[in-house]
Amino acid sequence: MNEIVTPKSLGLSREDLPNSYIGRSVPRPNARKLVEGRATYTDDVTLPRLVHAAFLRSPHAHARIVSIDTAAALAVPGVVRVFTGADLAKVCDPWVAVLAHLKGMKSAPQYPLPLERATWQGEAVVAVVAETRAAAEDGVAALAVAFDALPAQVDMETALAPGAVVIHPELGDNLVFTRTAETGNVEAAIAGAHKVVEATFHTGRHTGVTLEPRSIIADYNRADGTLTVHHSTQAPHMMQNVFATQLRMAEGDVRVICKDVGGSYGIKVHVYPDEMAVACMSKIMGRPVKFIADRFEAFGSDIHARDHRIKGRLAVDAEGRFLAFDIDDLTGIGPYSVYPRTSAVEGNQVVNLCGGPYAFDNYRCTTTVVLQNKAPTSQYRAVGHPIATTVTEGLVDLAAEALGIDPVAIRRKNLIRDDAYPCTSPAGMKFEGLSHHASLDKLLEMVPVEKIRADQAEQRKRGVYRGLGFASFIELTNPSPFMYGIGGAKISAQDGCTVRMDPDGSLVALSGVTEQGQGTEAILAQIVAHGVGVPVSKVKVVTGDTQTTPYGGGTWACRGAGIGGEAALQSAIALKEQILEVAGAMLQAQAASLDIVMGEVVDKATGQVRMPLAELGRIVYYRGDTLPKDLARELVQTRHFITKEYPFAFTNGIQASWLEVDVETGMVKLLEHWCVEDCGRVINPMLVDEQVRGGIVQGIGGALYEHCIYNEDGQLLTTTLADYLVPMAAEMPDMHVGHVETPTKESLLGAKGAGEAGTAGAPAAIMNAINDALSPLGARVLAQPFTPDRILRALGTIA
Amino acid sequence: MNRRIDITLTVNGERVSRSVDTRLHLIDFLRTELGLTGAHTACEHGVCGACTVRLDGDPVRGCLVMAASLDGSVVETIEGLSDSGEIRDLQEAFVARNAAQCGYCTPGMLVTAADILTQAPNASREEIREHISGNYCRCTGYQAIVDAVEDVLKSRRKSEAA
Repeated sequence: MNEIVTPKSLGLSREDLPNSYIGRSVPRPNARKLVEGRATYTDDVTLPRLVHAAFLRSPHAHARIVSIDTAAALAVPGVVRVFTGADLAKVCDPWVAVLAHLKGMKSAPQYPLPLERATWQGEAVVAVVAETRAAAEDGVAALAVAFDALPAQVDMETALAPGAVVIHPELGDNLVFTRTAETGNVEAAIAGAHKVVEATFHTGRHTGVTLEPRSIIADYNRADGTLTVHHSTQAPHMMQNVFATQLRMAEGDVRVICKDVGGSYGIKVHVYPDEMAVACMSKIMGRPVKFIADRFEAFGSDIHARDHRIKGRLAVDAEGRFLAFDIDDLTGIGPYSVYPRTSAVEGNQVVNLCGGPYAFDNYRCTTTVVLQNKAPTSQYRAVGHPIATTVTEGLVDLAAEALGIDPVAIRRKNLIRDDAYPCTSPAGMKFEGLSHHASLDKLLEMVPVEKIRADQAEQRKRGVYRGLGFASFIELTNPSPFMYGIGGAKISAQDGCTVRMDPDGSLVALSGVTEQGQGTEAILAQIVAHGVGVPVSKVKVVTGDTQTTPYGGGTWACRGAGIGGEAALQSAIALKEQILEVAGAMLQAQAASLDIVMGEVVDKATGQVRMPLAELGRIVYYRGDTLPKDLARELVQTRHFITKEYPFAFTNGIQASWLEVDVETGMVKLLEHWCVEDCGRVINPMLVDEQVRGGIVQGIGGALYEHCIYNEDGQLLTTTLADYLVPMAAEMPDMHVGHVETPTKESLLGAKGAGEAGTAGAPAAIMNAINDALSPLGARVLAQPFTPDRILRALGTIA
Repeated sequence: MNRRIDITLTVNGERVSRSVDTRLHLIDFLRTELGLTGAHTACEHGVCGACTVRLDGDPVRGCLVMAASLDGSVVETIEGLSDSGEIRDLQEAFVARNAAQCGYCTPGMLVTAADILTQAPNASREEIREHISGNYCRCTGYQAIVDAVEDVLKSRRKSEAA
């Protein structure tokens, strides 16, 4: 077992081991600047000779670009230059977002600005650069661009049908990718089943709505041939590679700096053509160019996600045991697969994850990924999980109802046993160790089910309809190269950390993972403080700069703690060993007889203080002449970490939602929400709880409010925050979070990741709760978001 | 289009004079003319509250107020509220509760929350939720923010009673 010494494991209190920080709720050291307005988001950065970009965006879902007349725009005061797709293609190679391991996947080459056709409404077509953003927008308004509107393929259901508009004729059709996973004999299992339930689910197309819109400043310096990019991103090293490759530069000549990021959730881990255009324009002009998307641009050009129609069947025996899941998933991804992660991974995740918490033998799941003339979709928080969980848990509740079994009892009967690991799911996922039953037990300690059921029965007599819904889930974290690398994507699964001791005994940790508010820097500081043996206040964490941090993948797929955290721990331990070796030489002692506690070298046996780290630092850095000549004295250590045993770590958990449906208005009022999750080792319980709560609310958004609505012409109708609804404080319930800890044995730290569990399970729990509330009325909703309109239609109140 | 108007106003206790474009909004005035980047633009049409600052004592949307209308006004931003120490307890509670994640909504949220402290010192959790519903947060799910405001209301009531 990978035991990290914690006060608890030694039977000691926190006070006995004051610099033990694993498992401790320490406030984030970088939170103070946030509450004082002293953070540095990309738009807060200004540079000499900075100019601002604005884009003319396609008003059509599909159109030929007939002509671009820039004369009037160039005459606008303050306008510096206008760029077309042809201008930028001279300095930038196009990219094609496919992964080799997703067999048969295809997509078309994409340029910073399109050369001949616009393929979604909101696609940037022409760029205007000016002294101010306002002048740039004046310039855009003065552009005369003639479009020849073409028929658009909007509906994903007809994208492969005869007569479909083939969006990229050179591809032959609109099929991007399809895959079927099949285990056992689904047809036979269904034929022999006691009951088969089936339903068609929809998850609504929605998007991340980072409050800070996408933001970038590209600054090309002709004198030394370097490109410095200030970027609101999750993956600085990935973007360094992308800028270098597409703009034909050496990676070392590109520096990506990412200071504070105002929300990301997966939105800011992709290559956006308008951002690539900014880099191109800076390279051409030899001066810094800034682009900050406005909200209208964000809705029309940030990646969307979760536009799926899923048909599902679940076969059960007479005792309620699951025999087979049979799933058919269809998703429309817009006109291009998004670089470099692609837009096929979400559907592929559905195939990997359906039925995931349960033990059963027969599985068939197909995903079909098609092109359409809407904004591109790609990875958004909990990629594919909310979809797979919705289908799985929706079918489980249908089966429970068909058999007259309690929803908790049917889950209890079918969840994979806690002693069954390691095991492989019918979809082929390898599970190292999960805790479905312990999590369910914990949830039932927290949720007063009997009281709730009594209240539910009482309220129904008064015509008040309340419902309780459950959703078990698994969540994929800590991806190995099997996620992207084996498909040819230059996305690092490995991450690194350098830990350095400065002369005064303080530590600086430079990490390849990044901070977007999760608390990455806080947990890295805790881990390094723990690993070396100093107060957490003595650790400064640096992230988000490709020139100074070890190469890494950044923060996505919940890898910050599990991958970045382990690299930090290993490098902290290495530094501690090095410090103790130096200390041993100074103190005429065996290194193994010494320890570091609260920033002081102590005698391990007695705890007696031998030397403060500041004194050790003074001698090493300023009086190295007094040390033995052959003594290694590098008070800086770098370690990298990559998972090797499992393609992915998996976490698990279960959620419950208690809510009330107003059957007159169709409004859903959330009363209470619970989540028990197992993210492996918990480093900072407060931050984990807050990740779970924030994730739940994003799941609630998708379940109840958020929807990118297009009309039949492919016009996006929800382009403001007044039209596209996100959860507000008054509508949100209090959320109770509990933990089970099953550390991964792949690392000493044992952390698996906690950022997506909330989002993975919340929509399904809410769906099941709504349908539980509606069950006496014979109504059921299966299409997210569950709007008043849809609930009233299900009730037959409106047609 | 480019008519300019001269304004003189007090921002965070300091007198500033500028000639501003008539179409310039308060939030852009603060950010681009004065370098006060604490308040943020996010929706730019008065829905999300990220640009909330204090104007003549009241919270306002910086994206809905024209800078040209501000001659003689008193504006306070998160920078000023931090320097004066007026909301130090609230800021400390936000840190302690982890009521800020990415921090982008936080300055606006704090200006609104400060308004609860003075306008509704006895606010319940539901009333706190209602009061901050004009400030969107995408990260926290709001519960920690409600907790932090509730903590400060309680401790301020306690210190007043003492």
